[in-house]
Amino acid sequence: MADIRNNFVGIKSPNPFWLASAPPTDKAYNVERAFKAGWGGVVWKTLGEEGPPVVNVNGPRYGAIWGADRRLLGFNNIELITDRSLQINLQEIKQVKKNWPDRAVVVSIMVPCEEDAWKAILPLVEETEADGIELNFGCPHGMSERGMGAAVGQVPEYVEMVVRWCKQYSRMPVITKLTPNVTDVRRPARAAKNGGTDAVSLINTINSITNVDLDLMAPMPTIDGKGTHGGYCGPAAKPIALHMVAEIARDPATYSLPISGIGGVTTWRDAAEFMALGAGNVQVCTAAMVYGFKIVEEMISGLKGWMDEKGYATLDDFTGKAVRNVTDWQYLNLNYVTKAKIDQDKCIKCGRCHIACEDTSHQAITKSKDGVRHFEVMDDECVGCNLCVNVCPVEDCISMIALEPGMLDQRTKKVVDPNYANWTTHPNNPAAKTAVEPAE
Amino acid sequence: MGVQGLKDGIAAGRLAADQYAENFSDLHAPLGRHEALVEADRCYFCYDAPCMNACPTEIDIPLFIREISTGNALGAAETIFKQNILGGMCARVCPTEQLCEEACVRMEAEGKPVQIGLLQRYATDEAMEKDKQFFTRATPTGKRIAVVGAGPAGLACAHRLAMHGHDVVVYDGKPKAGGLNEYGIASYKTPDGFAQKEVDYITAIGGITIVNEKLLGRDFSLPELLDGFDSVFLGMGLGGVNALRADGENADGALNAVDFIANLRQSDDLSTLPIGRRVVVIGGGMTAVDAAVQSKLLGAEEVTMCYRRGKEHMNASEFEQDLAASKGVVIRHWVAPKRVLTEAGKVTGIELEYTALKDGKLQGTGETFTLPCDQVMKAIGQTLATDGEGVEIAGGKIAIDEEGRTSNPRVWAGGDCATGGEDLTVTAVAQGRDAAESITRFLQSA
Repeated sequence: MADIRNNFVGIKSPNPFWLASAPPTDKAYNVERAFKAGWGGVVWKTLGEEGPPVVNVNGPRYGAIWGADRRLLGFNNIELITDRSLQINLQEIKQVKKNWPDRAVVVSIMVPCEEDAWKAILPLVEETEADGIELNFGCPHGMSERGMGAAVGQVPEYVEMVVRWCKQYSRMPVITKLTPNVTDVRRPARAAKNGGTDAVSLINTINSITNVDLDLMAPMPTIDGKGTHGGYCGPAAKPIALHMVAEIARDPATYSLPISGIGGVTTWRDAAEFMALGAGNVQVCTAAMVYGFKIVEEMISGLKGWMDEKGYATLDDFTGKAVRNVTDWQYLNLNYVTKAKIDQDKCIKCGRCHIACEDTSHQAITKSKDGVRHFEVMDDECVGCNLCVNVCPVEDCISMIALEPGMLDQRTKKVVDPNYANWTTHPNNPAAKTAVEPAE
Repeated sequence: MGVQGLKDGIAAGRLAADQYAENFSDLHAPLGRHEALVEADRCYFCYDAPCMNACPTEIDIPLFIREISTGNALGAAETIFKQNILGGMCARVCPTEQLCEEACVRMEAEGKPVQIGLLQRYATDEAMEKDKQFFTRATPTGKRIAVVGAGPAGLACAHRLAMHGHDVVVYDGKPKAGGLNEYGIASYKTPDGFAQKEVDYITAIGGITIVNEKLLGRDFSLPELLDGFDSVFLGMGLGGVNALRADGENADGALNAVDFIANLRQSDDLSTLPIGRRVVVIGGGMTAVDAAVQSKLLGAEEVTMCYRRGKEHMNASEFEQDLAASKGVVIRHWVAPKRVLTEAGKVTGIELEYTALKDGKLQGTGETFTLPCDQVMKAIGQTLATDGEGVEIAGGKIAIDEEGRTSNPRVWAGGDCATGGEDLTVTAVAQGRDAAESITRFLQSA
């Protein structure tokens, strides 16, 4: 059986599934329940500085978008950091860690961007014997208006400065949580590394308005007729998160910097994907908030089952394994030719592949054969775009089949070249170089 | 009067009073909003959708389901009514398992089609409950058209004609409009006076006058109509009933299934309707099932449907047959009535002969048996009640072309009385609607 014990910057947990800093980790009650359910660790909901706690709105604080059967796809919140007193949180953290020594307890912190503020809170957190801290440089709403959260994460110099303070005034491992609300996530990641961070975690939530109440003419969630942007997360955010994780994982400046992957992780497969792209573990919030803590059972059994099937004995065996295959467009092999193929036994004849191709792509799928409803790819028109695969409601009904070198591409009437060749040397590229550059 | 239960012979009040309402309530409960949204989400929005092609009125099913899924049930209703103004009734009575739902790609995918009929009902109910009308009359043309029969074909024709600005007078032999929707369909398929609500919804467009209790051939003739109107549409259905041609079929206790159903549909108090303790229904179509099931629901102890051919030859759909079986009706195949047995003028049983196909021909085997019963209902098909009034007849029905034109250039026909249909409400609607378009083209060119 695969061993899924996790060691993330020296923080050990029985599995790589942590709950992210968020409502599910706001109190001992919830965290105890999570540990009983089997979660490997938590990042305690963000603590602020000593003093009167922040206040939250008293109206709706979540928004969502849904897919079929109201399955939640995207989620948004305008909740702030913990609105409980610092002392109560610290006491609970200490007790929980004592009760659950084998689980990871990391404390998220957000205080003003002043050295004294960080200097004051770090010893208090350290005293709880928590395993580490996570710097909340990500929250895009509310706190950012007060110069914290994303307002820090968007300025690499601030990121580096605060990380440096934390490393200076604390012995705990430092995880720097990054905001996706930047044009290039590698810059704050590099800054965090320069400041000496032990790891980065990403992504925090994305600026968003999930919907508009068309009666009130106001964004949702709506508070007394007004709304504000919130932080977006959930399954719909996963592709954005995967990309940002991969960019940091393959950036020479941050290569090998540990990453805790966050963003729409819902199943074991999502977790495996983040980890394949370089994440040392994953953090989950939305899925737990939608389905409850029990989902971790599926994540654990699914990940173990897949690892056994693939022969991965430990998490390290596959962590980062897909990073080397993330490259720039210019290095993609232009001599690789695929054609869609429809499995007629699986086809239910909905015709969606046909109309998608006919209306919006390359007119490469038939609608009838001998007067009968029939959907078949015409190899002489198919550019191999994969649209039909993506719109087909039946899994594995349409496959992309690569032409073997030497075979004739019916569309271009050219024989498939066995040699790798990319845009950098393509004759149509005005800046073409002579030698082929390999993919990274 | 107490509950009559197992009383011999023919008796009313076999059930406890509250049992009637329960037995004759909606066969399929309507979908609530949540159910409708969940079901609508199952639709794949197919290209050139097979369900749409399977619908005789070609309702754009994927579009109306998509409209439901986006919270636009009224838009969905408009999409439906554009093609089929009786979309509400069709949602209730269509054999969807042989039409749209059989064609649904989810049948092929997982054997469970999208519940198109129920979704259609959801949308049309919403519009009818809100009395939302989608169509208005065009500028009056001054043309007058007579429609004979206020059933599905006649109403669909009248509505489309009214839309085009013509004035329509609909003649019907019965006291109420609606045709078989009002008199001929099992009560649990269309409870709560839906047929009349639908007539009101359709005629609300204006320009349609319904004249009741005027029967073609009895109260007026086709030539008379042609004198008074620019065109005539015949949609009077089949007013005659086939005879068993068996001894005793006129005895007390032998009746036509259509009359039994009509009486039941018009009854204000089902507990006053007499029903046999043991009922035999002769026939294998929808009417036979409707009569058999409702006999059972009225409290008959034993109900047997006797059909002279095999299960695969029955006109009643698989769903209808299962429904009958689930209500306790016994269906016997390969038996034909030979003689209705009577005592003192009352039915006491029926003698049946086993049948078989020999060289492709149905024949009696000579072997007979007797089923004791108090009532025999005949549901072996209906016939045109007129001689055609001068228009050509083919195979016992009024011959029409693909536009509904008869041999008389000013007369159109559709529905059960005409050729080309399948004795379904939905095909009658399609024929009535298309005839209205044809009539309009004719009047414009005239």
